[in-house]
Amino acid sequence: MSETSTVPQGAQPSQGSQPSQEFEKVLTGSATQVASFDTHDKTPIQKFQHFLHGSPSAVPLIVLVLSVAVFGIILGGKFFSAFTMTLILQQVAIVGIVGAAQTLVILTAGIDLSVGAIMVLSSVVMGQFTFRYGLPPSLAVLCGLACGALCGYINGLLVARMKLPPFIVTLGMWQIILASNFLYSANETIRSQDISAQAPLLQFFGNNIRFGGAVFTYGVIAMVLLVALLWYVLNHTAWGRHVYAVGDDPDAAELAGVNVKRMLISVYTLSGLICALAGWALIGRIGSVSPTAGQFANIESITAVVIGGLSLFGGRGSILGMIFGALIVGVFSLGLRLIGTDPQWTYLLIGVLIISAVAIDQWIRKVAG
Amino acid sequence: MALEPILTARGLVKRYGRVTALDHADFDLYPGEILAVIGDNGAGKSSMIKAISGAITPDEGEIKLEGQPVHFRSPIEARSAGIETVYQNLALSPALSIADNMFLGREIRKPGVMGQWFRKLDRTAMEKFARDKLSELGLMTIQNINQAVETLSGGQRQGVAVARAAAFGSKVIILDEPTAALGVKESRRVLELILDVRRRGIPIVLISHNMPHVFEVADRIHIHRLGRRLTVINPKDYTMSDAVAFMTGAKLPAEAIAA
Repeated sequence: MSETSTVPQGAQPSQGSQPSQEFEKVLTGSATQVASFDTHDKTPIQKFQHFLHGSPSAVPLIVLVLSVAVFGIILGGKFFSAFTMTLILQQVAIVGIVGAAQTLVILTAGIDLSVGAIMVLSSVVMGQFTFRYGLPPSLAVLCGLACGALCGYINGLLVARMKLPPFIVTLGMWQIILASNFLYSANETIRSQDISAQAPLLQFFGNNIRFGGAVFTYGVIAMVLLVALLWYVLNHTAWGRHVYAVGDDPDAAELAGVNVKRMLISVYTLSGLICALAGWALIGRIGSVSPTAGQFANIESITAVVIGGLSLFGGRGSILGMIFGALIVGVFSLGLRLIGTDPQWTYLLIGVLIISAVAIDQWIRKVAG
Repeated sequence: MALEPILTARGLVKRYGRVTALDHADFDLYPGEILAVIGDNGAGKSSMIKAISGAITPDEGEIKLEGQPVHFRSPIEARSAGIETVYQNLALSPALSIADNMFLGREIRKPGVMGQWFRKLDRTAMEKFARDKLSELGLMTIQNINQAVETLSGGQRQGVAVARAAAFGSKVIILDEPTAALGVKESRRVLELILDVRRRGIPIVLISHNMPHVFEVADRIHIHRLGRRLTVINPKDYTMSDAVAFMTGAKLPAEAIAA
């Protein structure tokens, strides 16, 4: 009974478990292959489909390279300069940071409509705490970051403990946070000159490093470092794998030993903290602290995530895809502006990209079916 | 047999409002055996299994693992005590790889600074372990341990879930309807897996509606009726019709009549 068999059994039926039912007798004559993974006889298109299934950020990367190439051919040196290329980076820095927060939430099969509002409120807290209460800028920045994390924590509590749908929770929080932002700031902008004179730390992410024509603002560097860090965390730590597991199938994750509630709360809190960081970078980008800035950050971040090939149903996609998605939008906007077309063409094309991205996602998923 | 039961339950009671799902149910599992649990729908067999696997907390009664009283408040606690459960829905994350799924919630971190400070997972160690466990159970037809679980067939997924339980279940493995969703051939494969696990000395609780499967692999059959254990029979002494008669109340077992 306790005879141990450490020898691999192979695919052969083991002793003592011969088919006992009449209808199973024929099984001994059936093919012994349990399943084969046909890697040989596939059409090139199927191979490509499998490749895309295994590397979810490949599609947006291909689209990004193609669009850079096309605009490069049309516009030549005007587009292919170090200055233009790094200008695109500067323009997507804020969306990239907010998109990182959005990525985390969407990977858990949620959605965060309040990201832009959290970003603006945090930047207003940083500004007002410095100028209204005379706090040292470093402390004001910490308060702003804490404010963002708190907003995210509330989102997380409502989603995980109250079991409310993320869309509803963040739709409500979006309004609540935006209204608090206007009420608290009295709709008052803090001017750029005042900030650079009295609290240059608030504009920290506006500083830059130049290599010839290339201009890298600290905001761009922060975005790249943040995405690299989150890529590592999502792929090489247990927390990161649990983010995917929770988004994939929360019940299965719970039974397999993941504390789903704690994961959701930590994801929304971290998302709020990253939005606050984006708020700080926003001050560097626009110079002033304005309660009306960044109105469309929520939609823009969702656009970047969707074009980046992440599934809104959760559990699939890579944060690198999000950054490629944000860059595609950046390349299209700047490229079309340089060509001199009506800016509405940009929105039209982005709309087409969003729908194509989801269509491609559906096709790739069929690999599993 | 002078063996002591490894897992026992005495007088389990669980009420949901006015419904009594468990009415002083008893349960015994001996080392190295396959114990099948059968019962009509609503007999309370899943409530009993959930109480043992930590998914519900009974209102009354006592559960002992190796003679020590245990009180599980979650499946995770039961798991850390050595009781692994393969749920009917398998509890696998489709988009994650086989190795990731096997280690979900108990990942191995790299030794040294990388693991301690950067929390880096030890992929190589986890993949090797997963591959070893799958080949032990004769599942080496799975070529790539990094394959997403959603690319596997139903039988292979079941195999991964059983392998996960077998790899970590040091004391008891509970299988809930492991063949319910499978075809003839895949069912056979899973039954072989179950026998393989027993051969390695781990006792198994098998919940199933499939009488032929139960009679084929079980050493003893626990028949649950109206929230309690009606009787335990040896499949060699009774026919399938007897078992069905007992569990539906068409017939009473000898000892119940005597008592």
